[in-house]
This record gives sequence, C-alpha cells and structure tokens, in this order.
Amino acid sequence: MSQAQTMPAIAPSSASALQRGLRSARLRRIVRRLPHYLLLSVLAIITVYPFWWTLVTALSTTGDVYSFPPPLWPQDPSLVNFIEVFDTIDLLAFYKNSLLISGATVVGTLVICSLAAYPLARMQFPGRKLVFGAIIATMILPAEINFLVNFITVSKLQLTDSVTGVVLPNLAGAVGIFLMKQAFEAVPQDLIDAARVDGANEWEIFWKIMLPLAKPALGALAILTLVTAWNQYIWPSVVMTSPENFPLSVGVQYLSGSFSFKTRVVAAGAVLTVIPILIVFLFTQRYFLRGFDGAVK
Amino acid sequence: MAELKLKNLQKTYEDGPTVIHGIDLDIRDGEFMVFVGPSGCGKTTTLRMIAGLEDISGGELSIGQRRVNDVPAAKRGVAMVFQSYALYPHMTVRENMGFGLKLAKKPKAEINEAVERAAQVLQITHLLERKPKALSGGQRQRVAIGRAIVRKPDVFLFDEPLSNLDASLRVQMRIELAKLHKDLATTMIYVTHDQVEAMTLGDRIAVFNGGRIEQVGTPLELYQQPANQFVAGFLGSPKMNFLPAQLRSGSNSGSDIVLAGNTSITLPQQYRLQSGSPITLGVRPEHIAWQVQAGDNAIPASVDLVEHLGGEQIIYARADGMDAQIAFSLPSKETAPHRGERVWLKPELAACHLFDAAGLALPGSGQPYP
Repeated sequence: MSQAQTMPAIAPSSASALQRGLRSARLRRIVRRLPHYLLLSVLAIITVYPFWWTLVTALSTTGDVYSFPPPLWPQDPSLVNFIEVFDTIDLLAFYKNSLLISGATVVGTLVICSLAAYPLARMQFPGRKLVFGAIIATMILPAEINFLVNFITVSKLQLTDSVTGVVLPNLAGAVGIFLMKQAFEAVPQDLIDAARVDGANEWEIFWKIMLPLAKPALGALAILTLVTAWNQYIWPSVVMTSPENFPLSVGVQYLSGSFSFKTRVVAAGAVLTVIPILIVFLFTQRYFLRGFDGAVK
Repeated sequence: MAELKLKNLQKTYEDGPTVIHGIDLDIRDGEFMVFVGPSGCGKTTTLRMIAGLEDISGGELSIGQRRVNDVPAAKRGVAMVFQSYALYPHMTVRENMGFGLKLAKKPKAEINEAVERAAQVLQITHLLERKPKALSGGQRQRVAIGRAIVRKPDVFLFDEPLSNLDASLRVQMRIELAKLHKDLATTMIYVTHDQVEAMTLGDRIAVFNGGRIEQVGTPLELYQQPANQFVAGFLGSPKMNFLPAQLRSGSNSGSDIVLAGNTSITLPQQYRLQSGSPITLGVRPEHIAWQVQAGDNAIPASVDLVEHLGGEQIIYARADGMDAQIAFSLPSKETAPHRGERVWLKPELAACHLFDAAGLALPGSGQPYP
C-alpha cells in the first residue's frame, strides 16, 4: 500500500479549526511582543531623529531652522545647500584624506588587535590575566585623557600633520582586543590540536585557522573602526595643521565662516560626511551583528 | 609503522593533581590497541601525550625506537582523529584532507593524488568539494579518518571517534575501522569508554582506572581472566554479578564458600586463603542457569524483572539474604521465569571468579583461557 493511501485525509472542519488555532496563536504572540516593539520603536525614534532633523534642515531652503516643534518634512526642498558645500570646500580632497586615514586605521587595527588578542586568548603565560585586565581598564578612561601624551609622542616622532600621526594612537584599542579575544576563544581547542598534529606551527595556526574562523569578528571590528575613524574629529584636528591634509570631519568646519554661520550648509556638509559610512554600514550590518554574537555569548 | 614504548609515563598538571601515575605499556608494530576505562581515568590524556598535545611530566615515550618526549606533535609520525571530528569549517573536504601535506610543502599533484586515493578508500570522492557543514556525522567522521590516512602516519590515534554517531552508524563505522586496520596494517591506538568497541576492535585492550592501567590483554583474556574486580566489572554487559562471601574451608575436592544468606557453594578449585577470609564471588550473567527447585550450589532468589532484548532476555533476581541483585541472561527461545517467581540460580562453577578483600582475582579462578 502506498504512503498516500495510508495517510488519513484531514476533514475540512478539522483543517479550518487548525487554521483558527494557528491564527489565535499568532495573535497571542504578537500581543505578547507588543511592549517590546513599542519600546524599540521609541528607542529607534530617539536615535534616528537627530539624523532626520539634519537631513530635513539640509534639504529645506525656507523657514526657521530652530523653530519648535521642528518640521518633520523639508520646506521648499532643494539641493542648493549641498551645491554650496561643494562650492565652498574641496570636498573630494577631504573625502580622499578621510578614506586614507580610515583605511589605514582599519587595516592597522585588525592587524594589531588580532595579534594582541591571540596570545591573550590561546597562550598560557604568567601575567596573562593582569595584562588583559589592564587593557580592559583603559575602556573606562575617556579618549581625551590620552591626547596630551599622544600628542607629545607624535610630536617627538615628528609625525604631526601626517596620516601616520592621526592613525598610530588609534590602532590598539581595548574594544578591538576584547572582541578578537572573544572570537579566538570561541574556536574549539580540537581544531588547534588537529592543526598542530597536521604540522602547523603557531603562526600557521593563527594565520590559516584562527583568522579565517574569526572572520565575522574581524568584519565587525572593521566596520566599528571604520565608523569611529571616519567620524573622529578632535584628534585629527589636533594633529593635522595643513588644511589640505584634513579629513572630511575636520574639513567641514570651514563651512562655518568667521563672520557668518549657515546652519543649512553645515547640515548639508554633515549629511555628505555621514552618507558614505551609512551606505557601508547598510551593506555590512549583517557581518557586524554576527561578529558581535561571539563577543556577547 | 612503528611500535610504541611507554615507560613509567606520568602527567602532573602545574599546581594541580597527578592524573597519570606511571604507565608502562608496549604497543606492538601494527597492533590495534584500545584504551578503555570510565570518564576521567586518564585514557585520553595518555593518548594526547602520545600525540604530543600534552607535555610529559615524567617517564619516557618512544615511537619506533625514537624517544619522542620533546618532539613536537607534527614530527612524531602520528595522525589523530578527534571525537568532534575537528574538521576545519572554512576549508573544503579536499583542503581539509590535504592540509597536513600542504603544510609539509608537498607538490600540489602529490597532495591531490593522496587525497583522491584516501577518498576512494573511504568512498567520499563525491564529497571532496563540500564544506564540513554540508556533511552528515558519518561523512564528517570519514573525512576526519581520511585526513589522517593522507598523512601516511606511523601511528593512528583515535579519540572516541564514534561516540557522536547514532547507534547503527556506530556499528557500521566500527566494522569499517576494523577493515581499515586490516588494510593499512598500521599501529592504531583507540580510546573509548564503550566496552563493545573495545572488545570488537582491539587486538589488545588496556583497561585504565584512576590514571593507572589495571590490566592489558586480548579482549577474551580480559573477559575470561580479569586481574581484578574493576576489570571484571567494567567489561561485559550486563556486568558481572558480585556476591559477597566467605571462604569456609578447602579440601582436596575444592573450596567451600558461604554467601550472605547462608547459601553454600563448592567450587572445584583450591585457594590459598585462610578459612573465614572475606571474598567476592563473581559470576557473569551468561554463566547462571535457573531452576524451580532447590538443589546443590543453587542460590534461592525471587525474580524482580525480565527484560526482553530480542535475541536474548535478561532476568534480574534478588537473592535471599543479599542486597545484591543478580542478573542472568537466556536466549530468547528459552523459557524465562516470571516476575515475582521463586527460583534457584545455579552458577557454572568452573566459570566463577573469586576476588580477595582487595579486589584482586585469586589465582586459578575465572574461566580457563588458552
């Protein structure tokens, strides 16, 4: 007898009862999750609203910038403020500088943080916990505390007004080391043992096994570093002295002149600064979230 | 191929306990040696010391006449198959299997040839371009074995390789492993806590307990002539029945022993122990017959439970005056007593084991072993 023949047919009444049951279960699930959705929606509005306000301000050509409540949609929308940005500053040169600084910071951070994290995660040596504790402790200090000593160091190394001067102090961050350490710790010991029996030395284990397996964390760290490096303002403005070397975040300050302050043009500059990083993040947020999975397990 | 010599091998963790207390063992060239024992007995630690994945705290380890205590894992001529398979998830099956040769900087053609050959032996040629996540448990295990074969090691090390597989696949892989050993004729060391695997695969078995080897021998030797109560109890399912007893007297015709509950049994052998010495009588379930009437050398008992396993049935009975439950087995075609029935259990006297108060087998007890 075939399987189809042995299967009892579902009566129409029981099928509709099943559907009703599924519908009510779905409804109950939605009701149960409603508070979560509400809370998340409020948080999303609070987070996104400043960006939205900046975009609305940049696109509007009329009305009071500081009116309250602020308008939700652009008034007489136009791209005139964006055009003025391009007319006022050499935006492409600033983009190029930002790309150079951010790219170098990302590559350097991935190299330094993964090299620092591997022994902390996988090697036994005296003082390992102390070293890691000291690195983590730096997370509670505001970055500005380091400015003075970093500036003196960069000056002594004659690296002021250079990309290296901006990039160097940002390469070994506690967050990056922590993230990579967690990723390396998540790799099963058996894989390392198997590689060792296969003849891999410590460097080959790191390069051929650990790093490929830590790709999600590397991706997350790359995105996080890119966003931070792209948006950083104070340190590059301290180190860079020649305007032609300014990154975008510092360069847009030229939009606010000494005697006039055009808020809409500055807002347009801010939007132009944020857009590239926003696009990168939109395409890579999947990797970003996956990378953090390991860190919060 | 290579023989291994473990001389007083010890392992002590830094600021921690000693887990291996001086192991002496010779493993012959081409032998299939099984390390068996309960969890935490030190069998895997010993295997990892042989592999070079754990430092050796004391003693000497030689592989093929060469002292390898301080030789790195890769240069010991060993390949290891892990319980978790330990396949590199970012590499294809082909890359996994060829990884060792690639590290050894072998030419690409040679690597490909070796991988294809091993894949053919293990019937995984069609899987070579897949990633491990696209494989079933059994296929992963084959790849792990293939990765070991490709390196043509002197010694294969298996760390509970079948324990993550389901029961039927485990039986199939067990048969294939035995065949593989026959084909390759290479020394293999196999760690398991499964006594069926140990009994079926091993040329010889080393029974581990508490970081020591209790006994080494062929499967049948260990089963029929266990050196002590631990080995006797560990091998065999259901396990050997242990009944507390006293040696009453010895005569030319044999030895009388009295079980708790005052049942007397006369064994054919003579034992050099003082009368009144506490001993333990060990009887395997298949060496017990039952009857409905009292008789000589018969232990009165009541049936607690009858388990039907298909091919055989296991009967659990509680002996009079004893806390111990006695298990005995019967072929399924034979009539078994009913639950609650009063029975008399007759141990096969020539197959009885006697253990002294320290749990050591008394010389002359146990089944005759050639």
